[in-house]
Amino acid sequence: MVTNIEVLPVMSIFDTFLNWKVFVQTLPLLLSGLTTTLTLGVTAIVLGFVGGLVLALLRLYAGSPLRQIAIAYIDVFRSIPILVLLVVIYYALPFVGLRLSPFGAAASALSLVSAAYSAEIVRAGIEAVPTGQFEAARALGLSPWRRMSDVVLPQALRIVIPPITSNSINVMKDTALASVVAMPDLLKQATQAQALAANPTPLISAAVIYILLLMPLVRLVGVFEKRLAVRGR
Amino acid sequence: MTRPIIEMRNVVKSFGLFKALHGVNLQVKEGEIVVVIGPSGSGKSTLIRCINQLEEHNSGEIIVDGAEVGRGRKSTVLTEVGMVFQSFNLFPHMTVLRNVALGPVRVRGLSWASAEERARRLLTRVGLEGHVEKYPAQLSGGQQQRVGIARALAMEPKVLLFDEPTSALDPEMVGEVLDVMQQLAKTGVTMVVVTHEMGFARRVADRVVFMDGGRIIEEGPPDEIFNAPRDPRLGSFLQAVLSH
Repeated sequence: MVTNIEVLPVMSIFDTFLNWKVFVQTLPLLLSGLTTTLTLGVTAIVLGFVGGLVLALLRLYAGSPLRQIAIAYIDVFRSIPILVLLVVIYYALPFVGLRLSPFGAAASALSLVSAAYSAEIVRAGIEAVPTGQFEAARALGLSPWRRMSDVVLPQALRIVIPPITSNSINVMKDTALASVVAMPDLLKQATQAQALAANPTPLISAAVIYILLLMPLVRLVGVFEKRLAVRGR
Repeated sequence: MTRPIIEMRNVVKSFGLFKALHGVNLQVKEGEIVVVIGPSGSGKSTLIRCINQLEEHNSGEIIVDGAEVGRGRKSTVLTEVGMVFQSFNLFPHMTVLRNVALGPVRVRGLSWASAEERARRLLTRVGLEGHVEKYPAQLSGGQQQRVGIARALAMEPKVLLFDEPTSALDPEMVGEVLDVMQQLAKTGVTMVVVTHEMGFARRVADRVVFMDGGRIIEEGPPDEIFNAPRDPRLGSFLQAVLSH
């Protein structure tokens, strides 16, 4: 037994997990996967944010039925696992004639869920704007829309930059779920490449690429939060 | 006699079980300077917040410039009422110039250029010509409140409401704000001022209104109110605020 461990040479770790040749061969495939991942992530982040903004405004200011619908939406989509939603959209909706591409299904699932989370973040941001700001805007005679667009939202959005960035990181990470519906994202391409090369190096590479992509954003959240804390003093 | 620009008839305002205004009657004539005094919680702020409908009254009538306001009515007459807040409530993400120009652009339909010209003129009038490109956080409290006054003036309102405009200020800055208000009083604009500054009330008011417990207890020219108070509540209030 002891000899066994001793024989396991460092070289074989490199051959198995960090095989340079395999890495170089499969890198183009991984990079094409990365492009898909980025496209999917950015699409979902943007759509999710816009949807979240609308939902937050409906939840805070809309009349009775719309407001209840917004609340129900937010609760439902914060409760459903993204993977479950994705599978439902991709495999169940075709039965009612709605057939989405893997990208369409993944973008929908991610955006629908991200919108629910963004809505709660934006709502908290709006509620953090002091009452006096709403009153001053009203006292000036600004229309409800102008109060929001000129006075409240610019302040609220500044407040929500850190949590929205945090949410965006989660969305980016969750794009990996799209590999389940055969979307050629970074993870899918990596598993593909692994099968092709009969070597797990592409998986390690993909993991490193995810980290390199997201770690700066994680750091950025920290910086934002620190800056906000200083300004709030 | 000039017509009343503000008329409050039997105005009642409750916050839940707490009745802040118990059927208040008040008339303010055009060009009049009315100063409202009274202990904390007497309903002074609620009174003026009802005039521009930051609080909606529960019953009674409030007529501003001939139009009834509140209780579900959408009224454009409220753009004729300007408000200066205790805590300034300047928009922190805009420059001083933008703060003042915003209302005229969005509500009166002025171009940014002409609104900013108006804003510069008003900021000069309140002594802040050197600060137009700054953000509110870069100004002292007294300066911020003078921006607040300029912002209200930029709408060229018929009535200006002041809700304890100097209460949040350090003592050394109270004077600069009161000076601006006193200048303003000479221009003929109608002013309703809630304040604890008795000196200002005495010097500037045409009429002083004393409130206690959500009611107007006594009103009259400053001479009468300060020198010959009739109601004992006014007497003891004055004694409390003037004795130190």
